[in-house]
Amino acid sequence: MAIWCMHLAVDRWRLLEGCAPGQGPDAAPLALIAETAHGPRIDAANAAGLAAGAQPGMRLTDARALCPDLAVHPSDPAGDLAFLEKLALWAQRWGPWSALDPPDGLIVDATGVAHLFGGEAALLADARARLAARGLAARVALGPTAGAAWALAHFGRADDPKGGAILEAGPDLFDHLSMLPVAALRLDDDVLLLLRRLGLKRLGDLSGIARESLARRFRNRRAPAANPLVRLDQLLGLVPEPLLPVLGRPVPMVQRRLMEPIRHRPLLDRVVADLAADMARQLEGLGQGARRLELALWKVDGDVLLRRLELAAPTREAAHVCRLFAARLDDLDVGFGIELVRMAAPWTEPLALAQADLDAAAERHGTSLAACVDRLSVRLGPQAVRRPVPHASHLPERAQRWVPPLDPPGSQEEFAFHARPLKMLDRPEQIGVIYAAPDGLPRMFRWRGNIHEVARAEGPERIAPEWWRERSTTRLRDYYRIEDQAGRRYWIYRLGLPDDGRGGMPQWFLQGLCA
Amino acid sequence: MGEASGAGLALALARDALALGPDDQRAWLWVQDKAALRLSGRPYRPGLPTPLRHRLIHVAAEKPEDALFALEEGLRCRDLAFVIGEIAGNPRALDFTASRRLSLAVEKHGVPLWLVRLDARRDLGSARMRWQVEAAPSPPPRWNPQAPGAASWRAELFRSHTFQPGQWTLRDDGLSLAADQPAIIDPTPGTPDHGDLVHAPGGRSLAAS
Repeated sequence: MAIWCMHLAVDRWRLLEGCAPGQGPDAAPLALIAETAHGPRIDAANAAGLAAGAQPGMRLTDARALCPDLAVHPSDPAGDLAFLEKLALWAQRWGPWSALDPPDGLIVDATGVAHLFGGEAALLADARARLAARGLAARVALGPTAGAAWALAHFGRADDPKGGAILEAGPDLFDHLSMLPVAALRLDDDVLLLLRRLGLKRLGDLSGIARESLARRFRNRRAPAANPLVRLDQLLGLVPEPLLPVLGRPVPMVQRRLMEPIRHRPLLDRVVADLAADMARQLEGLGQGARRLELALWKVDGDVLLRRLELAAPTREAAHVCRLFAARLDDLDVGFGIELVRMAAPWTEPLALAQADLDAAAERHGTSLAACVDRLSVRLGPQAVRRPVPHASHLPERAQRWVPPLDPPGSQEEFAFHARPLKMLDRPEQIGVIYAAPDGLPRMFRWRGNIHEVARAEGPERIAPEWWRERSTTRLRDYYRIEDQAGRRYWIYRLGLPDDGRGGMPQWFLQGLCA
Repeated sequence: MGEASGAGLALALARDALALGPDDQRAWLWVQDKAALRLSGRPYRPGLPTPLRHRLIHVAAEKPEDALFALEEGLRCRDLAFVIGEIAGNPRALDFTASRRLSLAVEKHGVPLWLVRLDARRDLGSARMRWQVEAAPSPPPRWNPQAPGAASWRAELFRSHTFQPGQWTLRDDGLSLAADQPAIIDPTPGTPDHGDLVHAPGGRSLAAS
């Protein structure tokens, strides 16, 4: 069964606005627009807009010339696709699986299902009624193959006395479809243009041509959407057409409705502990561990308080979850009380069941690394706990990146640098120097108010700027590893050369501190 | 001020005390508060010792209280090899009680802690060994006498439960720590205080090496 939502974007906008077709804001001409390189372009228009002359694909300025009072609203293709995914899950009421047909269609496998609804006509009537009840203008068709159903849904004649939307499998399948335009083959626009230029307007025209000629004409078109012969075979069921079904994955969720609104923290802690235990049981049944948890608290006045938690490794340990949430519930303003608490795990990862070793657990006290990282990140923020990883750059400050501590190690090889300092300042600090020659080593320098005499030095190690990502006026750096009179070791550099033509006299910076 | 010398010695002591084998792939924790981060910079992975660099987990705490919390959580974690903390000055949060808490956590869970205190006075603390460290001129390398050599520190053990206080010049010769008694034991007056290196229990004795 194929479902085609003819005006999905406009219907969705109308549902968001909450108005009936032709009523309220929908009575005035409206267009949904997308910004393009050539200015705003119309993606879809409502009935009044179409009547006023706005066509999808038209530029907004052209449409405004036709209809000056055209209202506009930005279109939302990503939202439309998300809506279509939800609709696909909902459409599984008519069949065991369904697939998306972007941008605005669905395919439902209804093989052997029709008798449950009292026949094919009743099935289609049910689908039409339910889609209309959701406020969607849709056309529905049944066919022996997905291609045939799609063709009928998009191009079937509505005035056919037999309903025009149900096609029986049989030897005369192609005869029923032969009057449909070639666009019913789900082809790309350039192929349709080519077929129109060849004078092939209907499916019946294609049957007048020898199969070998078609195969030769489109021999280097591999994609089904570019090859009419493949599409024709799929339409007739001669070659299989794999579809990608949509699988619903319900979010593990537990909730407690409270008989009396609670206002005090110990009671709330008790409820959260119960929820965490329930969630642990549910996740255990699924063989999953939570990476992200959301605790939503509904207040009596209808407000919702949301607390979100991310975990460094999948877990379903109730005590750990409770402890992390306890740190996040301190600043809660419950007003007149909380009447519903819900915990959901929107992000889960597989976590196998492990045998609990009672002796070892008693012996090895202390927390695991993941629990430790969780506690630190919840109190200090996720940006505070990180791990350095190498990055492909010779510039010292770019040679390392910071990632979350339990991320899998990357594939970047470590560079074999010469000698590098143990620690690096977040920003190189400028130092005042006294030097004998401008392109040589300084004898003394002043950093943070102290005078340092250079006793021993090694260098320069010249590091050129990364010309492929920086401006041409960026200066090179000459790094020196130095030791002062007291034995303190630093890593300093001179930015530029005196006569490189990229600015005045070079400046000196201190970047690293060696052990 | 060679603010990296304290952390450098702490790392060297950790490597020396734990004698980390190649099969020990546990992570280690380095906690810094914001003042220490500003004063002495952030750990730099290419400069860390090769067997340790891929296992570092760094914690940048905003306040000394947060840093102490992170240290204590790290000590309670059984999957950490050791913990290094860096706290600048003498914050109010790091009093004798906090120090005692850390010592007890170390004794209970067996994760050693080296706490580096930058620019700090000698105040009360319950650590098992307390060092005062400053950088010392390094021995000249063999092939280029003009270059800085292996890291050296002038370290004074000024408070210890089990050892006589004393002064040593310590040297990190790539694999282990080497110590020798310095000829002159008078720190030049006016040298800034580089902070105390407080060694909590858990490691092998240094004086024996």
